[in-house]
Amino acid sequence: MTEAEPITMPTPILMPALSPDQQEGKLARWLVRAGDRVRAGDVIAEIEADRSTMEIEATDDGTLVEILVPAGTLNVRASTPIALLNGVAVRVDGTGPETAGADADPVETGAAVPLAVGDEPASDGAFDHITLREALRDAMAEEMRRDAGVFLIGEQVGEGGGAHKAGQGLIEEFGAGRVLDTPIATQGFAGLAIGAAMAGLRPVVEFMSWSFASQAVDQIVNSAAKTRYRSGGEMSVPVVFRGPDGASSRAAAQHSQCFAAWYAHVPGLKVVAPSTPADAKGLLKAAIRDPDPVLVLESEALYAATGPVPRGEDVLVEIGRARIARPGRDVTIVGYGRAVTTALAAAELLAAEGIDAEVIDLRTLRPLDMATVVYSVERTNRIVTVEEAWPVCSIGSEVCARVAIEAFDHLDAPPAKVAGADVPMPYAANLERLALPDAAAVTAAVKAVLDV
Amino acid sequence: MSDTPAPPIVEPAFDAVSAPGDLSQVPDFSHEEEIDAYRRMLLIRRFEEKAGQLYGMGDIGGYCHLYIGQEAVVVGLRMAARDGDQTITAYRDHGHMLSCGACPREVMAELAGRSGGVSKGKGGSMHMFSAAGRFFGGHGIVGASVPLGAGLAFANRYRGDGGVCWCFLGDGAASQGQVFETFALARSLSLPMVFVIENNSAEAAMEPGDAPVRPTDLAGRGAPFGIPGERVDGMDVGAVRAAGRRAALVARSGAGPVVLEMLTCRYRGHSMADPARYASRGNGPDRRTRSDPIEQVAARILASAAASGDELKAIDREVRAVVADAAESARQSPEPDARELTTDVVA
Ligand SMILES: Cc1ncc(C[n+]2csc(CCOP(=O)(O)OP(=O)(O)O)c2C)c(N)n1
Ligand SMILES: [Mg+2]
Repeated sequence: MTEAEPITMPTPILMPALSPDQQEGKLARWLVRAGDRVRAGDVIAEIEADRSTMEIEATDDGTLVEILVPAGTLNVRASTPIALLNGVAVRVDGTGPETAGADADPVETGAAVPLAVGDEPASDGAFDHITLREALRDAMAEEMRRDAGVFLIGEQVGEGGGAHKAGQGLIEEFGAGRVLDTPIATQGFAGLAIGAAMAGLRPVVEFMSWSFASQAVDQIVNSAAKTRYRSGGEMSVPVVFRGPDGASSRAAAQHSQCFAAWYAHVPGLKVVAPSTPADAKGLLKAAIRDPDPVLVLESEALYAATGPVPRGEDVLVEIGRARIARPGRDVTIVGYGRAVTTALAAAELLAAEGIDAEVIDLRTLRPLDMATVVYSVERTNRIVTVEEAWPVCSIGSEVCARVAIEAFDHLDAPPAKVAGADVPMPYAANLERLALPDAAAVTAAVKAVLDV
Repeated sequence: MSDTPAPPIVEPAFDAVSAPGDLSQVPDFSHEEEIDAYRRMLLIRRFEEKAGQLYGMGDIGGYCHLYIGQEAVVVGLRMAARDGDQTITAYRDHGHMLSCGACPREVMAELAGRSGGVSKGKGGSMHMFSAAGRFFGGHGIVGASVPLGAGLAFANRYRGDGGVCWCFLGDGAASQGQVFETFALARSLSLPMVFVIENNSAEAAMEPGDAPVRPTDLAGRGAPFGIPGERVDGMDVGAVRAAGRRAALVARSGAGPVVLEMLTCRYRGHSMADPARYASRGNGPDRRTRSDPIEQVAARILASAAASGDELKAIDREVRAVVADAAESARQSPEPDARELTTDVVA
């Protein structure tokens, strides 16, 4: 099997909409050039429309890798990628989150692969505008082409293409020898995959839902997670477990719940939770190449979400790196999975009231990229976490605790947590709405920490 | 393990795995029982049809697995059961609820997520229970309800109350590890339970010829554990009741568990949410051409002149009225009070 050096995926900067009814504009002027280093919030370009001019800010710290839409281009549609930014993994004058992270917590960032400034991404600059489920499929297909040891196993992953069609077309390309349908024998096929990984294969296990994977918790926690350690490094388990996690509309108590904190608790596991198609692809590819067990928690509600995904076989998203999904100055909102969408919606509402929120998408829940969170809190001095999960011992609890421990002096208000209701998911539509955090709950929490 | 030594294994009076050839049992139903079975099955059929309609209208959401086509299984076995026996199944549970005597209004209101539902609207289609009907759910995780069934049976043996647990599972569920663990436990503890495997051959993506993965001999699944099994024509309510009586006799006698494989047929999709999933390609041609469980009984009733066509029509009208009332009452029932969000988590 080949092991290519992971390369951090560039983040596309998208053309914003000028207003809800104005979806096109002129890219008037670039204020930066390819190769320039930028910091989140820097104004990098200006766009013009009939009635207004708008500034585009960098969404992240990094290097502007490439300008995709030249100055003077007319009728650029909203959401078109206009430039590529090499993400937070790039060291920016030693002040970027990566350096801080390496110092603050060598254990948790040990998995990070540092990138030298100026490393070119493998992407040829082209993008696919695809759904998150297609991004997952492309990730699996590319890795299966690249490495003959990669195979997909689970209920209905063959002809059915998987419970959420993330494996559509794989059986046609790779055959039933590498795309394997199983009976409903949950603990059995999870364990089989772990054994196959110990023998050197690279299994990708699809669970129809993480709710069903609870049948296989012992295999994941006791067999997969602990084998490297209990063998003194002699043996590894390069297995990927993936499937939908979190709220599933009206699916009720036993099918609608978030397992993020359960697995993020376990040393020996890595846990990722993508919120965009680009991250879904890049993280799944990184997971498949990772030498340890990686769990991919996909949000059922996001499978149909579309977005630009950079092409390139070696375009990975590094495990253990958060992403600044929206730069801001006044408050840091931290989420993962679908909660990032909620946080971004809240940030828009807050912007209308003059509050400039920064939204951090954790992307990886273990190891947690506290460096990026702390780096943000150092600037905003306030933090609100958002998640669909139960509030007790949650990812939000962990982030808040770590911020209190690691950045106490930077806080101007106690950390705040927005989470799902502390109850099994109710079936009734009205109760279900009450059980899940919405943008209004987030804006309320933000105003509370800002004391406005 | 309890202190009481397990009774010795008694060989049942029937073949461990009877050949599919002897499916056509002559039903030992009286005329009244035949009509009773007709009415009970029709209630489930009409109820499920209405649930399907309400789903289409958006009154029901999420998962909603209909039992249409399988009515003879639960009805025949309930007719073989005694008062006090328990029933437990997975998520395809509406028919089981109704057969255990739950009120159609309350079941429909539960499907609609209303406060008048048996679980106050908080459980939904997959999570319903009836303490009075000794129905113990309603479980969404495939296979997980089977050990619970052993626990129910254990309580019967522990108390010596003579009860039998009717533990329903699907053919797909029959591959879960917990099922085999439960076989081992049920045998070693001689638990008074009947494993009812409802084989609608709907296991995910299995072609008819896929012998290794498509479970064929489910009646024999318990054989390596010393549990006798019988394959039954699950479309014939008379054959179902007869097999249920034989199994209950063994289980109640202290001889331990029995497996009944019910060859049945699910007419509708897997669930209203994902009808195409587990498309019933696996249904053998013998069963696809078999007559409908309700039609079969109706034909027998008419042939024996137990009732006239008009009388059957009158029963259908009554049943339709009950179901229409259940639907209307479900729609009228308010959504649960917001305070219900946080009640019932713990006592
Ligand atoms: C542990 C677990 N895995 C997967 C599922 C998803 N699932 C729901 S129904 C079903 C098929 C079960 O088939 P069967 O047991 O034959 O029951 P039927 O639907 O035919 O009544 C599956 C795989 C689940 N609910 N629980
Ligand atoms: Mg089935």
